[in-house]
Amino acid sequence: MTKYELLSGNEAIARGAYEAGVKVAAAYPGTPSTEILENISQYERIHAQWSPNEKVAMEVAVGASIAGARSLASMKHVGVNVAADPLLTFSYTGVGGGMVLVSADDPAMHSSQNEQDNRYYGLLAKIPVLEPGDSAEAKAFTKKAYEISETFDTPVILRTTTRVNHSKGLVALEEPADIVVKDYEKNPPKYVMTPANAVGRHKVVEERRLALTEFAGATELNRIEKGSGDAGRIGFITAGISYQYLKEILPEASFLKLGLLWPLNEKLIKDFAASVDQVIVVEELEPVLETQIKAMGVCCRGKDITPRQGELSEEVLRTVLAEAGLPVPVAAAVQSEYASGQKLPMRPPILCPGCSHRGMFYTLKAMNLHVSGDIGCYALGSAPPFGCLDTTVCMGASITGAFGMELARGDEFAEKCVAVIGDSTFFHSGITGLIDIVYNQGRSTIIVLDNSITAMTGHQDNPGSGKDIRGMASPAIDIAKLAESIGIRRIRVVDPFDLKTCREVLKEELAAPEVSVIIARRPCALHIRLKNPPFYVDQEKCIGCKACLKLGCPAISVTEGKAKIDPLVCVGCGLCPRVCPTKAIKAASQKAAEEAKTNE
Amino acid sequence: MSKNASILIAGVGGQGTVLASKILGLVATKAGLDVKQSEIHGMSQRGGSVVTHVRFGEKVYSPLVAKGTADIIMAFEELEALRYLPYLKKDGLMIVNQQQMLPMPVITGAAQYPEGPVEEMTGRGIRVKAINASAIGREKGDARAANVVLLGILANELSFPKEYWTEALEESLKPKLLAMNLAAFKAGQEI
Repeated sequence: MTKYELLSGNEAIARGAYEAGVKVAAAYPGTPSTEILENISQYERIHAQWSPNEKVAMEVAVGASIAGARSLASMKHVGVNVAADPLLTFSYTGVGGGMVLVSADDPAMHSSQNEQDNRYYGLLAKIPVLEPGDSAEAKAFTKKAYEISETFDTPVILRTTTRVNHSKGLVALEEPADIVVKDYEKNPPKYVMTPANAVGRHKVVEERRLALTEFAGATELNRIEKGSGDAGRIGFITAGISYQYLKEILPEASFLKLGLLWPLNEKLIKDFAASVDQVIVVEELEPVLETQIKAMGVCCRGKDITPRQGELSEEVLRTVLAEAGLPVPVAAAVQSEYASGQKLPMRPPILCPGCSHRGMFYTLKAMNLHVSGDIGCYALGSAPPFGCLDTTVCMGASITGAFGMELARGDEFAEKCVAVIGDSTFFHSGITGLIDIVYNQGRSTIIVLDNSITAMTGHQDNPGSGKDIRGMASPAIDIAKLAESIGIRRIRVVDPFDLKTCREVLKEELAAPEVSVIIARRPCALHIRLKNPPFYVDQEKCIGCKACLKLGCPAISVTEGKAKIDPLVCVGCGLCPRVCPTKAIKAASQKAAEEAKTNE
Repeated sequence: MSKNASILIAGVGGQGTVLASKILGLVATKAGLDVKQSEIHGMSQRGGSVVTHVRFGEKVYSPLVAKGTADIIMAFEELEALRYLPYLKKDGLMIVNQQQMLPMPVITGAAQYPEGPVEEMTGRGIRVKAINASAIGREKGDARAANVVLLGILANELSFPKEYWTEALEESLKPKLLAMNLAAFKAGQEI
């Protein structure tokens, strides 16, 4: 009997890679892609690894493929920008063993800095793009992607969206194929992309495009579901999660459900269009399908109905389809029966109780500095009460951005400006920026917030943490020594909770007319599951000055003029006593902790 | 089941909403139903508002519960119950943990915590089961077992065999936490 399991899209992709006989898999963590490699690492026969960044992961997978093994690289959508350089030329060389790049896009930016639509990479790199609509397809399409990769000698993009990565559905488990490593023969005309060879390979790419276009007309990845009744004369061309929403809204409509999104087959599209009265292309974000379909001369609607921003949903689609005059009765557009009559406060994400970054942001705020920010938990330093960050652009841009600001505004600005970057982000793309400042003789002050883990994505190990993806010991790269080795003379290591020292060190390093690296080292409280006895506020001593609120700790509030610490939330990190002017915050003795429990 | 069931689980990052939805999904799978569920990881986990959607029935397409269609909302915190109230269908059930966690805008004084969320809901004729699940969890050994106490209440509202729930708890929890959680689940069922 077939065994079914409830798997997330990411778990299903990992299972698909396992069943397809993948030998090498590499990634840099990034929401919503992270769990793909975490799950692949549970299959012992696969070499799984975290790479310092997506370009490295991609190139490792490229090398493995050229040498004959099936390989996989996974990353979030913006990670593909980092990996785009090898991707676009790997399109020319083609593969040895099959190679799949998983691009996990994040419409609505649940945990991202932009909502770029990576289906465009298929058009740009001229490689096929597959998009699953649920977990069952996520596994099936992953396996299919390896077949396509080897049949057509091309890398394949498996494009997903957050709702598919992080939704669960039932998946049939199948027997894994054996890992096969093909024979390797040196083949410079195929794999050495000097101009002379690349000219020849570009010709191959164009021939491949035509072959794939023909394949798109025959593959079961693209499927027509003939509708019935009046609604059956409406033809939706759609893919991925959008298909699921439409099936909830107008199940009796006709569907051309695409699994292979590039290239498109003109005959398939035109035959479908001819079988219905009107064609509506429903896709999240950009009109990638619509633009191509219109270029075929097919009359259709698309982005005149659906929004270009954010995610689609059943609610959004019911509303816009009804407005567009489709037979979705307005009354049936999803409406709420209940809603609170009160104004509800937002609950934005915050630095955790005990967070190692809290001390540094408290100090940066108190010193009123400009802060060139980066990607990670510490982007939350932009939120109240800190509001510290001046910029957050992309991985590594804190260091380079601070140097650029210094060049634009001079020494006076540089004396009031720091860059903050996490340890994992530093290894990802901070190092080259630091070399740039040394080489071009800048004076920027760089703070590496070293909590020894890739925290925001759920605590993945990295080159500085001393462990590999499976938790086995591996060399830990020393950031201080690395900085020293590239010629930086001013390197300081501080505990971000030692507020006094932090402030002194910052003053000295900002004043110094050369580049400094301050390593603020303290482990991630969530990762080490910090749980000391909670602190409490001596109500007699508290003067209600709210100095402790400047820490933005979720455990501390002030009611009726007195500060209070929630013992359920407090992890006993010990930072708040250091900012209390009347020493009213005290470490609870065991007895006091017991009292706090019984009094609740 | 002719129609799909839609259940929303809302709370604050770190409260165990994801584990609760995992257990519910497992139970529905054991019953031989089609199941889809959706959750969001990443930044939203850091003490932010968190919601997971669970849908099951003969054939489920969308993993998301649409507004106004949730049969049951299980809220781990009172403000979050109010926030996701628009998802509740007419005459649907709100199961709410009587716990208030102040969001940062309230702590900093930029916003007010809503007054009497449970009273507001009952006052409007909504079917509400309000329970101090954290206190019950603490009685059984850990306040964090509130999520499993709430699952016990939910189990009474759904018609799955009891052994499916026990099996799902066994499969989802670390062995050393199992006995305490089974006690918390039973306490929820007995409310």
